[in-house]
Amino acid sequence: MEIKPIEIQHIAELSRIQLSPEELKKYGQQLGAILDYIAQLNKVNTKKVEITAQVSDLQNVFRSDEIRNWDLQEVKAALEQGDLEGGQIKVKRVL
Amino acid sequence: MFYNYMNLNELTIKEARQKLDQGEISAVALTQACLDQIKKIDSRLHACLLVNEIDALQEARVADQRIKAGDKSDLLGIPYLCKDIIMTKGWRTTAASKILENYIAPYDATVVRKLREAGAILLGKTNLDEFAHGASTENSAYGPTKNPWDETRVPGGSSGGSAAAVAANLCLFALGSDTGGSIRQPASFCGIFGLKPSYGRVSRSGLLSMTSSTDVIGPLTKTAYDAALVLKTIAGQDDLDATTTPEAVEHYDQVFKSDQNLQGLKIGLPKEYFLKELDPLVKEKIMAVAKKLEMAGAKLIDISLPHTQYGIPVYYIVTPCEISSNLARFDGVGWGLSHITKDLQEFYKTNRGVGFGPEAKRRIMLGTYALSAGYYDAYYKKAQQVRTLIREDFIQAFRQVDLILTPTSPHTAFKIGQQVDDPLAMYLEDIFVTGASLAGLPALSLPAGLINNLPIGAQLIAPRLQEGIILKVAGVLE
Repeated sequence: MEIKPIEIQHIAELSRIQLSPEELKKYGQQLGAILDYIAQLNKVNTKKVEITAQVSDLQNVFRSDEIRNWDLQEVKAALEQGDLEGGQIKVKRVL
Repeated sequence: MFYNYMNLNELTIKEARQKLDQGEISAVALTQACLDQIKKIDSRLHACLLVNEIDALQEARVADQRIKAGDKSDLLGIPYLCKDIIMTKGWRTTAASKILENYIAPYDATVVRKLREAGAILLGKTNLDEFAHGASTENSAYGPTKNPWDETRVPGGSSGGSAAAVAANLCLFALGSDTGGSIRQPASFCGIFGLKPSYGRVSRSGLLSMTSSTDVIGPLTKTAYDAALVLKTIAGQDDLDATTTPEAVEHYDQVFKSDQNLQGLKIGLPKEYFLKELDPLVKEKIMAVAKKLEMAGAKLIDISLPHTQYGIPVYYIVTPCEISSNLARFDGVGWGLSHITKDLQEFYKTNRGVGFGPEAKRRIMLGTYALSAGYYDAYYKKAQQVRTLIREDFIQAFRQVDLILTPTSPHTAFKIGQQVDDPLAMYLEDIFVTGASLAGLPALSLPAGLINNLPIGAQLIAPRLQEGIILKVAGVLE
């Protein structure tokens, strides 16, 4: 199964990834082949099978909500790697 | 290989520990020997993405002072390399991606912090498939790593830089991460030990997330004993990773006994891992390992893991889905690659289009597709249900046996470039390693000999949190 360019374009939009026309074609074929392979899962009867989302055997893990202070240098190192203006991180207009 | 004389960098952790404690060698000399080896051959291998000589030697001097002061710690003064998907404070951490080309980690991953406290010496960061997506290290945005056994071949992946580094003695051990085989398969290709601990045994705080439901950090080492020492140091509950188990950490180094008796131990050979398609040369090597275990007193039992064939299809739904979510955070805001564009949507799309390599894009899109409206039940839910069956297969099997023995990989290391254009062929590389990942079980690849001068690994899988039994048996096989 080959995924149509228009469908791949839609997935790329949802993924927020810019693709060239060549990439659209290539990924359409490759993802199609992968999905064909994955389709063998349909042979398994899973009618009464629960899902496994995680395997830690733990649930409701809590810890106290303590503020851990970072020193100013560390905060600067963490937050000043992006595009800055007047000490603030620059973000594009949303509206 | 590259050497025929004994250098300090060729020591195991155990050997180096004795020499350091007896004052025969210094941590500085040991560190310098590793740095020299990196300088000598890494321009060819390309196992390292970053080497920090100044910091490493400084840490070595501190370690020497601690040793002199009588400090006894398993890894004090032991130099190591760390896969570049694990955060190292003040050091560049790229995940081998262009999108994080200039990213400086603001804090240490819990494992790195623990190793720092133990006095291990961080030499640098190793190459990997971008964001750990791959089985050959060819998906690195900074170029592939070569296999030290044959430089025309891949070292495996995604922890290929770490495996090549240990095999070529650039360090005494390395850290890797294993999501669906990424420690074990490169260990097999490079002829070393690679341990994937149980899910939740080792904290992932500071590991850049790939597949949150299977990601684990573990050691790549020259011996089973060394793997035990590293695991003992890095394992344990961490309130920064809610999936870590509260179970106490075992003294894994205490499992190694001199008598090598495995009387009463039951080892399962799952028929689905030994199908007639399996290369007879690989089968021969794994059966030789089985024979050795039998000689040591273990009993071999034929078992079945009936849903084995669905491991890859389940893994390649679960993983891309979790990746599409985990990698959504890389958008060009705040840090990393940031191109100037006219509006926000275009900004995201440009940064991600330029910043991610082909495999990351494929997986993000596959996951986005599988999770999109109308497809969730057919793909993600179905895969999670079959995951339950795979997990139950193992639970059933461990009612009969204590340990499972399989090949790690269907073949030895393949040629660089041989299958880069065939993502499905690359996914099939994981055929023997995804099961333990999906079930959250500990598994180790150990050297099982050479085929045409290339290493091949055998895999041992144990019940959850039974790393000790794996290490014990691997120790007997050494």
